[in-house]
Amino acid sequence: MHMADALISPAVGGTMWAATAGLTYYSAKKLRDNLDDRRVPLMGVLGAFIFAAQMINFTIPGTGSSGHLGGGMILAILLGPYAAFLTMASILTVQALFFADGGLLALGCNIFNLGFFPCFIAYPFIYRKIVGARLTRGRIVLGAMLAAIVALQLGAFGVVLETWGSGISELTFKTFVLMMQPIHLAIGVVEGLVTAAVVTFIVQARPEILATAPAGQGEGPGFKKVLAGLLLVAVVTGGGLSWFASTHPDGLEWSIAHVTGKEELTAPEQGLHAVMAWIQEQTAFMPDYNFAKEDKAEPAKGEAWPEVNAGTSMAGIVGILMTLALAGLIGLGLKRYYPKG
Amino acid sequence: MSHHLVEAEDLKYSYPDGHTALNGVSFRITHGESVAIVGANGAGKSTLLLHLNGCLVPEAGTVRIGDFPLTKQTLPQVRRTVGMVFQDPDDQLFMPQVYDDVAFGPLNLGLPAAEVDRRVLNALETVGAAHLKDRPPYKLSAGEKRSVAIASVLSMSPSILVMDEPTSNLDPKTRRQLIELLKTFNHTIIIATHDLDMVLDLCSRTLVLKQGRIVSDGPTWDIMQNQALLEASSLEKPLRLQGCPVCHPDPAPRIGGHEGSEPHSH
Amino acid sequence: MAKIDTSFLDIGYLDTLAYQASPIQRLDPRVKLLTTLVFIVLVVSFDKYAITGLIPFIIYPVVMVALGNLPAGFILKKMLWAAPFAVFIGIFNPLLDRHILIYLGPVGISGGWISFASIMLRFFLTVSAAFILIACTGFNTVCMALEKMGVPKSLATQLLFLYRYIFVLGEEATRLTRARSLRSFNGKGKGIKVFGHMIGQLLLRTLDRAQRLHTAMLCRGFDGEIRLVRTFRLGVGDLAFFLSWTGLFILLRWYNLPQLLGNLVTELIR
Repeated sequence: MHMADALISPAVGGTMWAATAGLTYYSAKKLRDNLDDRRVPLMGVLGAFIFAAQMINFTIPGTGSSGHLGGGMILAILLGPYAAFLTMASILTVQALFFADGGLLALGCNIFNLGFFPCFIAYPFIYRKIVGARLTRGRIVLGAMLAAIVALQLGAFGVVLETWGSGISELTFKTFVLMMQPIHLAIGVVEGLVTAAVVTFIVQARPEILATAPAGQGEGPGFKKVLAGLLLVAVVTGGGLSWFASTHPDGLEWSIAHVTGKEELTAPEQGLHAVMAWIQEQTAFMPDYNFAKEDKAEPAKGEAWPEVNAGTSMAGIVGILMTLALAGLIGLGLKRYYPKG
Repeated sequence: MSHHLVEAEDLKYSYPDGHTALNGVSFRITHGESVAIVGANGAGKSTLLLHLNGCLVPEAGTVRIGDFPLTKQTLPQVRRTVGMVFQDPDDQLFMPQVYDDVAFGPLNLGLPAAEVDRRVLNALETVGAAHLKDRPPYKLSAGEKRSVAIASVLSMSPSILVMDEPTSNLDPKTRRQLIELLKTFNHTIIIATHDLDMVLDLCSRTLVLKQGRIVSDGPTWDIMQNQALLEASSLEKPLRLQGCPVCHPDPAPRIGGHEGSEPHSH
Repeated sequence: MAKIDTSFLDIGYLDTLAYQASPIQRLDPRVKLLTTLVFIVLVVSFDKYAITGLIPFIIYPVVMVALGNLPAGFILKKMLWAAPFAVFIGIFNPLLDRHILIYLGPVGISGGWISFASIMLRFFLTVSAAFILIACTGFNTVCMALEKMGVPKSLATQLLFLYRYIFVLGEEATRLTRARSLRSFNGKGKGIKVFGHMIGQLLLRTLDRAQRLHTAMLCRGFDGEIRLVRTFRLGVGDLAFFLSWTGLFILLRWYNLPQLLGNLVTELIR
């Protein structure tokens, strides 16, 4: 599931962009240090392969609904984590630009959710630990299944944290988690099955591909490195968000309130609370704590609601109509000015 | 002019799965010759071509291009001399725009920008594709793709052109245009193909491959008349050399027992 | 399935638009990329109940569509395709947030509906901005601009290769699905096992293609690095484009134009 621009705040979007940019540079550097010129065309066509594979759907056993391939795990198995991460990043970029799956600001979130977890967590710590060089059917199925489930659960949790931390959606953390995680358990099982089916097929048809593919650079970064990386992301995120939180009330919002009068439909506390809560969630990871806090947040939320003022609303609507008319006129005028080409 | 020479001596090659593709192939092609390599599917044509610029390394035997035996040291020089046009233009045109693709080789040679530009425009002009230079490859027709693929090789100024099935997937008119284009080249040309009519048009000499060996090497005209040889190699007389089935009914009995005497009008 | 076929054609179409000769298409791609980013960041930086403040931002897609000679209907249609996710998450807002925020005469509108409308508005603005970027710049040019702006070369080349082969493999996948659907009846033949084999086949062909591609690249002197000849030059026009849009966006972000206009008009009427 892709995050969308419409649902995230600039702070969350920006932070995840920073995290993803860091990972991209790191992966690019790793690939440069480990030059293998076969990889350039291989990554390119495998990325296109994932795209093409997503066009072919199948019936999910027992349900009758159809599913398709996510691809992060297969890429990691065939290319190793670094190249797979870059390939995943390229796929998501194209999806963002051409299909509006996600969006440009949410791209950081999406690459992180769908690239980082399969390539840098699930592949090195689950799939490789279980399968490694022992390409038996049982191990492949078990490894692919567990890795895909974990990757998708983490990814879904990422979506929840990012959406909730942005405070645009009204869904509470708990509802969102209860909604997202089970759906992605099912998606993860399917992804695992498909990954296992494809890997088994390759093992039977062309064993040499898997025997050689991840060699050399297949060993993901060490556990400590990943841990350090995650910690860094957490610190950056926390730092970024608290900066945002502290500047928010007396930053943009303040000037808007100042200009347009106090009736402006703002609820700065809302964003602030969500942000603070998210930081707490980042550092604590304790659901009980979270629920307690949510209860506390309730009254504050109430206070934050602006006064209802019919006059302002009326003026707002008149203004909207006028602005739209103006924009339309400008558009038509320009269209006429440049008749064709 | 000796650097336009192509010589293979007792080439042997088997694929990793054990299948023997070349089993002792020898020939010598001199400057300006145009040579066809024909044979059944799996006879080893494409494998042979891949040896001519070092994409595959023979298990035994040697390839000489001009004055150099093909070795790791001479590889870059050989690849400049031997331009290879692949069967599927989609494998050859991988860059974002036609211009970039034709410039790919010259840029890798380290030529200065102005020279690269000159070569690209020249090559595109030669194949009549100058107007396509800003197009992305996926927007080209099959014939245009083929022309651009040839331009992408010409821009490196090779003296020997090697082509794998240049006329496959082309409509008759485009095929004809391609043949006329190739006639204007004075490179040494080596073509692997099933299109024997094109061979008649373009190549003075033909090598017939069968199961990894050369079973015949001689003037195209002679080979194309040799019914027994062609049949033994899973080939067929070029259509042009087969009589009109209507005017001159085949003396041999037809499948299904037709007498070949149905009334018809020309 | 038919939908997927057409969505692939759509990619190509969006890109074709970039080959038109209009003043917008001629601008330096970096400028268009940056303007798009500024636009998106400012749009999403509004608070969750913002509607009036967001409306004036429509001016950007409107002007770009008009100047770039882009088909507005096509872009709108593409956006509807992508809308479900935003709707899916956003639709909970009206259910969960029922506090009445404004009254239109006797009808009260809850905060949830307002924030939902705000989400859809953001969606419309950000997505149209991204489509417009591609339609008036072209994907390849955007990638080269990215590379010039410091994105690692391996990612930029990866994007270019990916985009090049989406069409080739997309066609292969279409052929495979067509062959399958012609021979599957009553939902049989679309199970996961057949799927695994199809994907496996496609993967093998893909790997073979990678091999051939690599060979073709080696034949033309590939040494691990892709060299691109592109020089972009920032002109006065490019700078003017960037500065005037950014200036306008910032102005619109700070001054709630519709609210001011509306206040003025209602005041006058009174």
